[in-house]
Amino acid sequence: MTALKLDREAVPARPITPGLALRDTGGVAKRNLLRIRRTPQMLVIGAVQPAMLLLLFRYVLGGAIHVPGGRYVDFVVPAIFLEAVLIGSMTTSIGLAQDLQSGIIDRFRSLPMARSAVLAGRTLADLSRSVISLAVMVGLGVLVGFRFHNDVGSILAGLALVIAFGYAFSWVYATIGLATKDPETAQVAGILPFFILMFASNAVVPVATMPPWLQPFARHQPLSVTISAVRALLEGGSLGHWLWQSLAWSAALVLVFFTISLRLYRNATS
Amino acid sequence: MIEVEAVAKRFGETQALAGVDLVAEQGKVVALLGPNGAGKTTLVRILTTLLAPDSGTARVAGCDVVADATPLRSMIGLAGQYAAVDQLLTGRENLEMVGLFYHLSKREYRRRAQQVLERFSLTDAADRLVKTYSGGMRRRLDIGASLIARPPVLFLDEPTTGLDPRTRNDLWLFIEELVAAGTTVLLTTQYMEEAERLAHQIVVIDAGRVIAEGTAEQLKERLGGDTLEARVANPADLERAAALLADVAHRIPRTDPDTRRVSVPSNQGTALLIAAGRRFEDEQIALADLGIRRPSLDDVFLSLTSAPATGGAAGGRVPPSYGTADGRAQAQPQDVMLR
Repeated sequence: MTALKLDREAVPARPITPGLALRDTGGVAKRNLLRIRRTPQMLVIGAVQPAMLLLLFRYVLGGAIHVPGGRYVDFVVPAIFLEAVLIGSMTTSIGLAQDLQSGIIDRFRSLPMARSAVLAGRTLADLSRSVISLAVMVGLGVLVGFRFHNDVGSILAGLALVIAFGYAFSWVYATIGLATKDPETAQVAGILPFFILMFASNAVVPVATMPPWLQPFARHQPLSVTISAVRALLEGGSLGHWLWQSLAWSAALVLVFFTISLRLYRNATS
Repeated sequence: MIEVEAVAKRFGETQALAGVDLVAEQGKVVALLGPNGAGKTTLVRILTTLLAPDSGTARVAGCDVVADATPLRSMIGLAGQYAAVDQLLTGRENLEMVGLFYHLSKREYRRRAQQVLERFSLTDAADRLVKTYSGGMRRRLDIGASLIARPPVLFLDEPTTGLDPRTRNDLWLFIEELVAAGTTVLLTTQYMEEAERLAHQIVVIDAGRVIAEGTAEQLKERLGGDTLEARVANPADLERAAALLADVAHRIPRTDPDTRRVSVPSNQGTALLIAAGRRFEDEQIALADLGIRRPSLDDVFLSLTSAPATGGAAGGRVPPSYGTADGRAQAQPQDVMLR
């Protein structure tokens, strides 16, 4: 080891301004993007799961499901798009639980960085997984017979809505990761909301076929209203209030789960 | 630089800290010594704002750990027992990231990352992923990361646990260099050798309480002077050897059948050793070993953190992971001498 002149200039304590918080968030996002790039197998696995779901519903179960006034492939593929981003945002919970376990969250919490940056940087970086996964699903969907039936602007708005919902949901998963503190538990716990929202919804079967007590939930829960909005944007048809309801759900999810996850992060013990 | 007053912390049923007081002056090293579960890490976590105390106050570099947590964080560096560096980043990327989070300018954190890499002999591995690093390299990087902002106060939680002797020695040299330049260090350790070498002050804690503090010398003085110790070759000779030593030293010897040892306090130095040696020869008691032992910090630690001895074979409750730094045989507890 060579000698090093250690200049004694400590860093002056600076209050955390929004600009600094943004810079910290960028730093965390960069770290997580590098991690994503260096584990490409995770990206592949992230795309395989929704692809399996797509093929399952298109070729195995789809034949037995009848949707009024349209082809099943056009009905189910927009729902698969949303499932792809939900699976993408699930990695947020596993990643945060891993960070807690490895002790790197302790390091971050001992640094003078913005408290929200570790979470915001993580969810933003994980968004890239969702985008990639969605792109793969769009290609695969078209390959198995899905067709867009609307103008380009609406289609792009529809895909943007998918991404926005996936991002909002990554805050739910951030909360799950911080609450469970363990990657395996986080993974198992994370399946639960995904399962409930996916099957008690209009994703793969028409809500009208469900028992009456289930129908109100299945029609108005966040995933269902988003699927309705996305179907209308991608394939034409009446958008109704679905778009605003979806955006309101997304905003509410971010607000509530950002608050909870930030509180969990502040008090995190690994 | 560090002032801790009556800090207490409870986790459910466990009282991790039961009112700890501690002061560390600027440019000094304080070693927190204690068995596993004594509360060392809890105290470090409180002082680095990772955990809020239930009661009591603590200030680091003039900042209260609860009220001034954010400015406090700019004044400290933390390196942990479990090297908290990102395995999927390179060494350089890790250092630059931490520099960024200390809010250094880009030019500055790049320059300092390079300095740290050079200082810790990591330049060759700088652009390799950390997961390819050896344990020692990771630890160096971890400590390097905690230094990138040159914090005036450094917390090292078992910095050399699991390191080979050479790497440990390198780190000790480096810590001494930092302290000479004015850094205040609080380190936790289970290694007496480490505490003795680095610390200006040693604080022994057990079950959440400070049970002793002082310099290594002061702590050793609590155990009294030297002891004359004989180990007989044949267990049957133990009683005779004890009688012999009692006669020579005019003190009541302590015997330990398990290790075939007899010992008496000795303040007569080699004179007693030689006298005892002659008598052993005269009485034809075969010895495996005979010598004068000076109390080590190990003895202090064991006697302070053990339950009081209850008989001949005083078994110190030694934590499973306890060991001395260089792996030599553990010293026997000498509780009797405390009386």
